[in-house]
Amino acid sequence: MQVKVNGKAEEIQGGTVLDLLKIKKIEPQMVAVEVNDKMIDRDHLATTQLTEGDQVEFLFYMGGGR
Amino acid sequence: MADNKTMEFTEEQINRYSRHILLPEVGGKGQKKIAKAKILLVGAGGLGSPAGLYLAAAGVGTIGLIDSDVVDLTNLQRQILHHTSDVGRPKVLSGKEKIQALNPDVAVNMYEERLTAGNALKIFGEYDVIIDGVDNFTAKFLINDACYFADKPLVHGGILRFDGRVTTIVPKKSACYRCVFKKPPPAGLVASCQEAGVIGVLAGIIGTIQATEALKLILGIGRPLTDRLLDFDAKKTQFREIKVKRNPDCALCGDHPTITELFDDGDPFAGCAARP
Ligand SMILES: [Zn+2]
Repeated sequence: MQVKVNGKAEEIQGGTVLDLLKIKKIEPQMVAVEVNDKMIDRDHLATTQLTEGDQVEFLFYMGGGR
Repeated sequence: MADNKTMEFTEEQINRYSRHILLPEVGGKGQKKIAKAKILLVGAGGLGSPAGLYLAAAGVGTIGLIDSDVVDLTNLQRQILHHTSDVGRPKVLSGKEKIQALNPDVAVNMYEERLTAGNALKIFGEYDVIIDGVDNFTAKFLINDACYFADKPLVHGGILRFDGRVTTIVPKKSACYRCVFKKPPPAGLVASCQEAGVIGVLAGIIGTIQATEALKLILGIGRPLTDRLLDFDAKKTQFREIKVKRNPDCALCGDHPTITELFDDGDPFAGCAARP
């Protein structure tokens, strides 16, 4: 099925947000996740099932400034 | 500066700010708001440099600079407030000189200290808008929390490698930094800014957007960058806007807050790079 990850269409197998993070080798503690403009609590990553057409945003920390 | 009692501009000031005064959204009235405004730059470095220079040029009445560092040679690739001859000098002093050389109308308050839970509220209380130009998560969260408790609008910025981010936070009205990023990332997983690197011009792009947001807040015009993260990808020259919302579970500004006072969290030198 197709979902959008950070604005880019991607073909994935389905599964949960945590599965997608694993595929992308993203450490869950290093990212804030939104699905369809809704923040997903870190505790709910493993229980949030992705469905066709979902818009997923991985928001990475950006700490610089100096 | 314009006479404080009457706030009448001199002929020279009318000339200096004429391109502002010509704008219907600014006019003489708006320029007076700018002249009365007090804006605090936390960090007189990459983001603080362009923000400070443009706000000075704009005629902001008072600019505060907080920074405990001295200028280092490695800063000059992006921190345009500081020149080669400033290496080894306090950044607040170097910054004040450049700001006032550009515009002697501007009063500059220097705070040659590190922002802490102990000094933040007292300093923030003196200003209308706070600009985040710090380089570590601990300080970014502290600034977010202090703006909430001091009830001051915050223009948050971050830069890393080829990526930048800006967002405006109006406490109790729009999503705060903790609504999105609950707490700093675990220290072991983060690289320091020195290790990560950053393309210097990015500081100019993001810091200048921060200055724009601050001026809009002062003037009360346009649509602030609230409830939106504006991410910039310098490699693609692409902006993306991500909608965010106030989180009812936010530990700071949510319905049942667990953070009820300002606190210092962990190692202030914790890093800035998190992307895998
Ligand atoms: Zn919040």
